[in-house]
Amino acid sequence: MFENLAKAGKYLGQAARLMVGVPDYDTYVQHMRLTHPEQTPMSYEEFYRNRVEARYGGQNGGRCC
Amino acid sequence: MTANSTSTSSKIAWLFVAILGAIAFGYIALNRGESINAMWVLTASVCVYLIGYRFYSLYIADKVLKVDATRMTPAFRHNDGLDYVPTNKVILFGHHFAAIAGAGPLVGPVLAAQMGYLPSMLWILIGVVIAGAVQDYMVLFVSTRRDGRSLGDLVKTEMGTIPGVIALIACFMIMIIILAVLAMVVVKALTHSPWGTFTVAFTIPLAFFMGIYLRFIRPGRILEASVIGVIGLVFAIIVGGDVAANPSLAPYFDLSGVQLTWALVIYGFIAAVLPVWLLLAPRDYLSTFLKIGAIVGLAIGIIVLMPNMQMPAVTKYAFDGHGPVWAGSLFPFLFITIACGAVSGFHALISSGTTPKMLANETQARMIGYGGMLMESFVAMMALISASIIDPGVYFAMNSPMGALNPTGLADIAAAASATVSNWGFVVTPDVLTQIAADVGEKSIISRAGGAPTLAVGMAQIIHSALGGLGSMSFWYHFAILFEALFILTAVDAGTRAARFMLQDLLGLINPNLKRTNSLFANLLATAIVVASWGYFLYVGVVDPLGGINTLWPLFGITNQMLAAIALMLCTVVLFKMKQQAYAWVSIVPATWLVVCTMSAGWLKAFSSDPAVSFFAKANQLQALLASGNFKPNAVFKSQASVEQVIFNNQLDGFLILGFMVVVVAMIGFTVQACLKALKSEQPTAIEVPYAPLPANAEAIINGTAH
Repeated sequence: MFENLAKAGKYLGQAARLMVGVPDYDTYVQHMRLTHPEQTPMSYEEFYRNRVEARYGGQNGGRCC
Repeated sequence: MTANSTSTSSKIAWLFVAILGAIAFGYIALNRGESINAMWVLTASVCVYLIGYRFYSLYIADKVLKVDATRMTPAFRHNDGLDYVPTNKVILFGHHFAAIAGAGPLVGPVLAAQMGYLPSMLWILIGVVIAGAVQDYMVLFVSTRRDGRSLGDLVKTEMGTIPGVIALIACFMIMIIILAVLAMVVVKALTHSPWGTFTVAFTIPLAFFMGIYLRFIRPGRILEASVIGVIGLVFAIIVGGDVAANPSLAPYFDLSGVQLTWALVIYGFIAAVLPVWLLLAPRDYLSTFLKIGAIVGLAIGIIVLMPNMQMPAVTKYAFDGHGPVWAGSLFPFLFITIACGAVSGFHALISSGTTPKMLANETQARMIGYGGMLMESFVAMMALISASIIDPGVYFAMNSPMGALNPTGLADIAAAASATVSNWGFVVTPDVLTQIAADVGEKSIISRAGGAPTLAVGMAQIIHSALGGLGSMSFWYHFAILFEALFILTAVDAGTRAARFMLQDLLGLINPNLKRTNSLFANLLATAIVVASWGYFLYVGVVDPLGGINTLWPLFGITNQMLAAIALMLCTVVLFKMKQQAYAWVSIVPATWLVVCTMSAGWLKAFSSDPAVSFFAKANQLQALLASGNFKPNAVFKSQASVEQVIFNNQLDGFLILGFMVVVVAMIGFTVQACLKALKSEQPTAIEVPYAPLPANAEAIINGTAH
């Protein structure tokens, strides 16, 4: 029960963050650890700034009417 | 349970949905002329969505697109944990829906309601199932098979360089018109509304605070900062009431349309050159969460309250084409006016943007593309309901231009508006008009065109009553205005930036230096051009004595639907190139309908002899008036200069429409050419990324336990 609630909360948080263009940080760290073990993954702060720049700084600014 | 009994029980369930939908439609059809409960409209709609999703979108998936559950998606191929991430489909659905939901589906149905709710309801339902959701789904699929490339890129590679450049220029022009019309909705909602203007202005320092918080105090804590922001917004709405009531503070926020226009233009320029983390990003968080919250709240409110539809199912304006909110016959102008809630060309840009880069499996494109658009259509339906539950007399008093409501310029505007609207057949007393204004805390609600205030009155009634009278009507009205203004301002800011990049891409074809997005001069120049372009249309719309909305909104609707037609043409070409031409009617039918609608609307807007409909006829009529020397300043036109301004604007809009029509004709030519070429080849010629199987541990990768 509590496990399910915690899981639902985690999903909700992930969904809310992705709605504003920030994907899951843990998934990113996991990805870096498994596929690029020689590189140091960005810290959460760096990761967040990187995603903010990517969402608004480039070609992806298209928003709907 | 065996497979057989599952399928039997599922058949029974679908039969039940079909019968329920038929009963709801039958009830609506049989009770014409009396007011019915909004739940019948909602029930009929949901049944149509369910059936369209279960049967038609499945047909498209299995037979037309032949989606392949084993095929590698770009999210796995380029997995980088940043742009390309295989994502859980429910989470991705949220991302996609938040990206496509905007002001369009809220405003269009409100304006279209002047013909009664029934024509709009039918088009929102038919349009989304046959056209809108098909477009979103197919573009998402096409982009996913091509590494998540953008619409302009897709047109370029599948149809040729020239169509690609034409599509890019069309996108840019459409963006400018969208920004102008959205900004105008905000101006119309805030004109002489110190309460609304204060709350919206307050979001600027609030966003600055959130931006600094997110960068320096608690970096990247989005949800924390958003909670603080929402509390700040509630505070702003409450304080806004006191500011509006304070005689020494209120004048600072009591702005005319022209003042607000300048404020928005200056703001738009500054916002688009400030660092994104300071203003754009935090306000985007606020507007996204507020938007989702308001949509959910409205849905719950309608279900709890079960309000009655006050607007007639069909009004006389559906037949005579001379409605006061916007002029034009049902065909083609109803379809142009509803626009985004049924089919929106702009979604093609979203479906070929970030979403295909996160799609874990091709089969999920159906739920995200087709299902996401059904959800958007549901939002449009709720907007239609909100506009239809308020007294029709109030609706027409709010949405008609002042020149029509008060043609002789009487001092008592409420009396004049009440007399005019009652004369049209929608009886309303001046007291009702002043009482509603007092309820929502505004000086006047008369001629507040643009859709947002009408929707806000409807939403305030629904939410206020559904919560059992919690909060005041004026609180919820300003909440609704704030929610609309907030995400429109975010769209104006983000759209100005996006248009700037598009422009720099296009200018780069002339001078490579202008393409450098890190050059301050190139940035400022491109931003200034973009802001000046939409600012011009906004300004002339606001000062237009005949009401800018009924000039700009059709222009927006036509261009938006044309973009949808172009996207569906691209899908048709891709189907021919896949050698799936036997099923290409799925995109040809909606593309043809959109071409017929937009071209006939464009034709009427340019060449109709009715000055209320046609830009050129209006310009000629006014020119003849000036030439005859009979012009005298009156309540509508204060001076000869204002007539000349309207003549020029109508001519400009007319030439714009003609330009867009040429673009569509050219795109039809390129489409036919590409299809014929594809037919000649024995082999499929679609340029897809070659097949590769999904990794065996795909499920584990999505869950983040393996890579």
